[in-house]
Amino acid sequence: MLAKRIIPCLDVRDGKVTKGVRFLNNVDVGDPVAMARYYYEQGADEIVFYDITASNERRGIMIEVVRAVAREIFIPFSVGGGLRTVEDMRAVLLAGAEKVSIDSGAVRNPRIIAEGARAFGSQCIVLSMQVKRRPVSAEFPSGCEVVIDGGRTPTGRDAFNWAREGESLGAGELCINSIDQDGAKSGYDLEITRMIADGVGIPVIASGGAGEPRHLLEGFTAGGADAAIVASIVHYGEYPIPSLKRYLRAHGVEVRDAPEMERSAN
Amino acid sequence: MIAIVDYRAGNLTSVASALGHLGHRSEITDRPEAIRAAERVILPGVGAAGATMENLRNLGLDRVLRDDVIGAGKPFLGICIGIQVLFERSEEDAADCLEIIPGRVVRFPHSVDGRPLKAPQIGWNRVRQTRPHPLFAGVPDNSHFYFVNSYYPVPDDQAVTIATSDHGVVFTAAIARGNVMATQFHLEKSGPMGLRMLDNFCRMEF
Repeated sequence: MLAKRIIPCLDVRDGKVTKGVRFLNNVDVGDPVAMARYYYEQGADEIVFYDITASNERRGIMIEVVRAVAREIFIPFSVGGGLRTVEDMRAVLLAGAEKVSIDSGAVRNPRIIAEGARAFGSQCIVLSMQVKRRPVSAEFPSGCEVVIDGGRTPTGRDAFNWAREGESLGAGELCINSIDQDGAKSGYDLEITRMIADGVGIPVIASGGAGEPRHLLEGFTAGGADAAIVASIVHYGEYPIPSLKRYLRAHGVEVRDAPEMERSAN
Repeated sequence: MIAIVDYRAGNLTSVASALGHLGHRSEITDRPEAIRAAERVILPGVGAAGATMENLRNLGLDRVLRDDVIGAGKPFLGICIGIQVLFERSEEDAADCLEIIPGRVVRFPHSVDGRPLKAPQIGWNRVRQTRPHPLFAGVPDNSHFYFVNSYYPVPDDQAVTIATSDHGVVFTAAIARGNVMATQFHLEKSGPMGLRMLDNFCRMEF
């Protein structure tokens, strides 16, 4: 049986981790490579970097970060933010990322999902969707609308329908990021996560809202998620990943053991 | 020197990074003479069986791997697609493969006991060691490894299986026969335990 995955998310701007990270013993919290190594050693199952660099000219900085991370951590990691073309994806994957996460760019141009899947395989393509609660209607039968640009722009798309479309276009995983819950620390949006998890045949990642261990448990059980994105719950040091895993295991959730880090041979 | 076979797909750099981290020298190459000269050969990979075999054939590497590497007794390690192409044929793309290990490669069923089964399986699954092998030296039984696969190998002779895993069905997750070893899971992305197995392969005496 597959273990449920815990995936720390790091926001990176101009090569530096930006917000929401305060505590980590002896770790330069601005340095994405040092932070990735820290979470790797803590037993993170995967890491996602979200590049919020504004300008295209500075995008190359992120590629350097990806290269450096790939030399030091030996679990999968993905990169999202601003990827609009297959060439954008190729640059990130060639630099050593396992997957790319596409979001607003896929809503604007859904063909990029199919093109990416054809070029690199579905397993490389994570379709990340920001969803916002709406009254259930003919337009939004799932009760959630897909929004883009950090939640500022509505798209008129129903979240469940977009998830199904993303799967049929070739996405290998779906990340459901609740804009309503994001930063609220009151738990994932279990309802839409469950609806999508039951409605697709690919793994679903819950995102937005985890503030305490119980929220992860609910995401994996009531929410039916295969993986959970964590940010502030781990970035402030209150709940280190090993403690989250102990909690989940005690409640019957299969998680990966965090093996003791061995020293490298050199 | 360890040759990492470049067949125009897959994330080859992550295997090279892992070997470098462990202090082993490697070269990503598609040159037959470099592969013949290497002490050990790794066929890593993410990719589809059809495209992988087509690329290997176009590069002339199918015969190099069969005759000059595996046939010549050189230590060989296949990872992910690199285990699948060792068999006779794959359901994926109805591909004819290298025919080194008798058997075939099949897709995970769409459902088990009426419940839908997600494929590809993406994530960490337990690996049960079904017989002792030096590849697993220092690796506790039932450790988690990182998998990304929709297909899995079915050897004709289960004696080649050294480990299994369970994704709705119990399947062969690692094989070994003489100088040939292969895992369905990604050693280069499986944390310290994956690194341990890569290191074991690189140090194994024949």
